[in-house]
Amino acid sequence: MLIKILGPGCANCHTLERLTHDAIADLNLTAEVSSVTDYPTIVGYGVMSTPALVVDDRVVLAGRIPTAAQLRDLLTTAAA
Amino acid sequence: MTTGSIPAPTAGGWHRPAVYGVKLAAVAGLWLAAYQLNRPWWDLVVYDWLGLDEGSRLGSGVHFFLYDSVKILLLLTGIIFVVTIGRSYLSLERTRALLGGRREGAANLAAAGLGVATPFCSCSAVPAFIGFVAAGVPLGVTLSFLIASPLINEVAVVLLYGMFGARIAALYVLSGLVIATGAGYVLGRISPSRWVEDFVYQTTLRGTAVVPGQQLTWSDRLAMGREEVAAILRKVWPYLLAGIGLGAVIHGWAPADFFTRVAGPDNPFGPLVAVAIGVPLYSNAAGILPLVEVLYAKGMAIGTVLAFMMSVVALSLPELILLRRILKPPLLAAFVGVVATGIAATGYLFNAIL
Repeated sequence: MLIKILGPGCANCHTLERLTHDAIADLNLTAEVSSVTDYPTIVGYGVMSTPALVVDDRVVLAGRIPTAAQLRDLLTTAAA
Repeated sequence: MTTGSIPAPTAGGWHRPAVYGVKLAAVAGLWLAAYQLNRPWWDLVVYDWLGLDEGSRLGSGVHFFLYDSVKILLLLTGIIFVVTIGRSYLSLERTRALLGGRREGAANLAAAGLGVATPFCSCSAVPAFIGFVAAGVPLGVTLSFLIASPLINEVAVVLLYGMFGARIAALYVLSGLVIATGAGYVLGRISPSRWVEDFVYQTTLRGTAVVPGQQLTWSDRLAMGREEVAAILRKVWPYLLAGIGLGAVIHGWAPADFFTRVAGPDNPFGPLVAVAIGVPLYSNAAGILPLVEVLYAKGMAIGTVLAFMMSVVALSLPELILLRRILKPPLLAAFVGVVATGIAATGYLFNAIL
């Protein structure tokens, strides 16, 4: 699956990116993770509060950092 | 308490809210008891057990430090917890929906109020701006929102309440709302759209906006409250202790009032100078409050003190660099000018009426 981390590059965005990599490793998923930092694209997804998580072009989380368990749930649901 | 799953509609069933209610009531009771017992407890420890004299500088200074540290810690913990849970019901998306399609004027006031109530991190300033404008919220209204959000900061309000009392804290909130409403309205009158970067208007919204508050359970909201309290306390405690320590020293050893001469109520340039110094300074509210308390204790007029504090938290270089991405220099300059003028004006007003 394709995972995108939306955010201009603040501390929270980096935290979310790190947590996402951890969750992917824990779940043994094959996923490509990339960062989207330019504002028009971020807002284009309908996202105003960063950081946000996009899985296969669908926004699944915005405006907060999830716990590791919540993130695993989100990715499991999206992968199914 | 936290289950770790975001949508947990069935788990736990009916008794969950009751359990949370009992737990919350117990914590609130403990909080109230601690707040009430704070003064008698330190009276006992400092004056009876340690045997310090209540009238002495050392005795009253030590008592002030211990009593105030605990008081402000309790206030910060309680108020930030409640504010965070209240805010979890709002989101930028909901705020935008509330503001869309309204006329300027009343909408500026609504935007200023929502700027206080909406959970918002300054790193979201640019996406929020684009999202608001793309959805048809007028520019002046959007700016009212962006001015109010950092200006009326919950940590600042709690600290002002703890250090100066309810009246000053209420004045701070009220004047912040007036400044944000007025400045956004004035900026809306100068046809600001010609000074907004073009890409803002070329951004089209595709996809449905997610509402982060929509799927939160009570356990999520309580967890958010706890996390926010922990995050803020971790960030501000050194400033807090330094500030209260300084306050304790002044409390016992207040010498000649230097600022009464240079920035007292009689100096006509006080608020102007305070804003001129405050705008380039950048600090969080907890960092600036120790300084604010010293200035006030040394005789600086209260309007001048509030103007200084507002200009430090509301306008900062990092924020302006962010806003430069979307506002062209003339509008950015007008933004700084109008907000700074508003802050100085309220400084004069408070010096005159208090």
